[in-house]
Amino acid sequence: MLSRQPARRRCYKLIADSDGYDRPTTNNQRLAAAMPFACIFVPDFPAEAIVRTEPELRLQAMAVLEGKPPLQKVFALNEKACRAGIEPGMTKLQVEACTDLVLRSRSLLQEAAAHATLLDCAQSFSPRVEDTGCDTLLLDLAGLESLFGPLPKIACEMARLASDLGLEANVAVASNADTAMVAARGFSGVTVIPAGEEADRLGGLPLDVLFGGLSDPDHKDGAERLLETLHRWGVRNLRSLAALPEIAISERLGQEGVCLQQLARGATSRTLVPFDPPLVFQEAVELEYPLVLLEPLAFLLQRMLNQLCARLAARALAAQELRLKLELENGWQSEDGEIKTFSAALNPELPSGRSAWTGEGTRPHTARGLFQRTLRLPVPMLDAKVFLKLLQLDLKAHPPGAPILKIHLSAEPARPRNSQNGLFLPASPEPEKLELTLARISGIVGEDRVGSLELLDTHRPEAFRMQHFAPSGLKHDWEGHDFSRADKPFTFVVPSGLQPARDLLFRLFSQPGKQCLDPDQRSGNLQPGSPSQETGNSSGAVTALRIFRPPLHTTVTLRDGKPKHIVCSKREKVQGKIIWLAGPWRSSGDWWEQEGWARDEWDIALQSEPGIALYRLVHDLLSGCWFIEGTYD
Amino acid sequence: MSSSSLVCAHGPLGSSFAFVPQVGPEALFKRLSEVPKLAGVTPASRLESRAAPETISSGILEIDNLIGGLPRGCLTEVCGPACSGRTSLLLAAIAAATQRQEVCALVDTNDTFDPHSAAAADVDLKRLLWVRCCDSSWRGQGFNRADKASLKTRALVPQERRNNKAEGAVEQALRVTDLLLQSGGFGLIAIDLGDVPIKTARRIPLTSWFRFRRAVEHTPTVLLVISQQSCAHTCASLLLRLEGEKLSALSYQRSVNAHFGNALDSIVRVSRAEEVFANPGTSACEVPNHAQLLQGLSIRAEVLGSRLERKPVKSDRAAFKTKMFWAG
Repeated sequence: MLSRQPARRRCYKLIADSDGYDRPTTNNQRLAAAMPFACIFVPDFPAEAIVRTEPELRLQAMAVLEGKPPLQKVFALNEKACRAGIEPGMTKLQVEACTDLVLRSRSLLQEAAAHATLLDCAQSFSPRVEDTGCDTLLLDLAGLESLFGPLPKIACEMARLASDLGLEANVAVASNADTAMVAARGFSGVTVIPAGEEADRLGGLPLDVLFGGLSDPDHKDGAERLLETLHRWGVRNLRSLAALPEIAISERLGQEGVCLQQLARGATSRTLVPFDPPLVFQEAVELEYPLVLLEPLAFLLQRMLNQLCARLAARALAAQELRLKLELENGWQSEDGEIKTFSAALNPELPSGRSAWTGEGTRPHTARGLFQRTLRLPVPMLDAKVFLKLLQLDLKAHPPGAPILKIHLSAEPARPRNSQNGLFLPASPEPEKLELTLARISGIVGEDRVGSLELLDTHRPEAFRMQHFAPSGLKHDWEGHDFSRADKPFTFVVPSGLQPARDLLFRLFSQPGKQCLDPDQRSGNLQPGSPSQETGNSSGAVTALRIFRPPLHTTVTLRDGKPKHIVCSKREKVQGKIIWLAGPWRSSGDWWEQEGWARDEWDIALQSEPGIALYRLVHDLLSGCWFIEGTYD
Repeated sequence: MSSSSLVCAHGPLGSSFAFVPQVGPEALFKRLSEVPKLAGVTPASRLESRAAPETISSGILEIDNLIGGLPRGCLTEVCGPACSGRTSLLLAAIAAATQRQEVCALVDTNDTFDPHSAAAADVDLKRLLWVRCCDSSWRGQGFNRADKASLKTRALVPQERRNNKAEGAVEQALRVTDLLLQSGGFGLIAIDLGDVPIKTARRIPLTSWFRFRRAVEHTPTVLLVISQQSCAHTCASLLLRLEGEKLSALSYQRSVNAHFGNALDSIVRVSRAEEVFANPGTSACEVPNHAQLLQGLSIRAEVLGSRLERKPVKSDRAAFKTKMFWAG
């Protein structure tokens, strides 16, 4: 097995030697002339992937175990654990003696999410990214100096962004890709190697850095044999390897040895293989113990949402849709073999630490269920707090119903919305706030009881459909107007408070065929003391109907086929002699379907205490019942 | 006490209950200014008056002339009995607001909103957030579905429990209104308490109305409350009362017989009925029902209270008419 790489500092550190920052001009010119490359390398990647989801572990000694119990062995560890004497390959029993050590199982899901994060970080700088390994990425930095500044600044920004995304990475910039990769594996923090100084800068590194990133066991064995050979020769670092005669190495180690020497000299040259990752933003967490309450779930969701939003922000994108997928335990198998199911797990009302299921099981049942929720947002958003609150409200309304084993959270990317509205448009609710408000209102009145409505194309009474309320998606009157057309005059409304802009617009648009109206004539705003005579419309008020839901069942006395007297047991006021009526207005429809309807409508007047009350009386021709459908008000 | 400008007035039983100025108010202010603790205090009567709030059209010219429009950042209450035009005024205000491209919200306490009436009143339905608060067991979307099971179950619900349901709906409406006001950005938020029993509406705590008034203050939102009787009390900046024409059944019938063509304001009518009346041998009672149409309502509006700076222009009463909308 390969020995560990040289000790590195976890925190970001810039190697501020004289070659990096202090002489940027000449070195940058030399680097730029030589097509610079950058490498992002995350040391101890499996441990870092777990620390990314649990940032509090960064301050503790932590080891990652792999294998099936009880044969678990240490697979990766952070620097604190290394200092505590833990080494890869130790068994779980051995490392459990260390009391301050935190043990975690290896999670491929979290490693995949961390790798996707690393790709997002790299893609936010350069479109040409090579996916060299799960912990290593190579970037082509050619032409980026005019966009992001000098190369050391780019390298620092890369390290900072990776740190913001939860990964402490080494970044190295060099004139060729392999040198950048070797430097990133050998030096912690940010390293900038000018062209021509590769051999000098890499010379002090141990030979291990040449064999990093090998995952194939055969290759590992070959690398170990080669490393052992070089050690026997007394070669301890890259400078010693680079100083060996090339022909002698070729004779003894073959082309593999020559390639290693070229790497040690920093003299390799190869073409980058760009990788175009799909735009998939997904985070996943595999839980060691099933989650039963919503409160701890919210903490995990918050972390995942923060990471998702950071990844989306790195790509200058926003989320249009959030998909939450929970893998649940459907049941437990008791010792007697009986499978018991849960009654009301994840009940938000339960106090913490209290079990929510009724069956007492001993080991998990193999059958697992999936629970999925999708939040479709009216506009692209990028606010983790809003997302978390929306998810909390949604989960409160639709609890999963069983303990949670895995959490998958993905976002559908979209371009961020243009938040700047028109200068002359009235204010409207902020989409983020409105979504939260709608979610809270849905929790109060019900999901189908809030929104905007859409009338259906039918004469059936009460034919409408509730929709999600999204005023931000509406187009305004001026949108889509072809201002270039001169044949049709258009009007332009300017608020009264913007007199200079108003005058300017008047001068701009005071051309034949165009006119500028006073805003008060159009907007309907009334100044105190001078109510506009053009805004109100005395004949515009429509007699509104107030619908009784459900309609009031009524007993009607007929005379000559006309209603003469009604009695409504539900409302005392709605009864008595009909003093006036108009009708019937007969309508029917959908008779070719099961839910056909046919009815006669009457407008009736009853004497009431304050005066005359007007109602709409309906005779359902199919059932023969009479109803008061509403009142005119 | 003899040299003081304040004297202690005595009640009928000889107990003192107030200090009243003996001389004019100027002497009182001078006397108060001599007291060191009260030197920097400005009497309430001399406070600077607030700037008049911006008003917007209610959609009805007569109402705008009467009250100067609906004030932004204030609570406006419109009360009146059934069939008094409250909902017509509400729809007109919402229509005017949505036509100004403002976003409106309607908190429908009793789930009585009629979408077809709103569409006829030119309400932009996509800009209207409709919150149906009624906690009714009937959740059907069609008329025919209501007549069987839901009505039976509703009939089994005792009156007391129904009142509790009404209170639950009012509580929902208050919570929803609170959320909407906190959200901000709405041009008009309307609370429809029109069918809430008066007893229940009066039980709404005054603190809720105070909170609403404070929340809507300094915002461009118009908070409009529709109710049977005033329930916001002093929290309402403007209190408007609507009522229909008071026609008794007898006079109404007489007016039908005598002046079918032109006399009735409140209800009615016409169309082909005039042709029937042109025949001297035909009486009004023989007019077929389908020849009569309900044309609209005649509404009287009266300002009962206003805390705005601007007083009504001409009078505190106005009248307007509504018109029916026809399908097709």
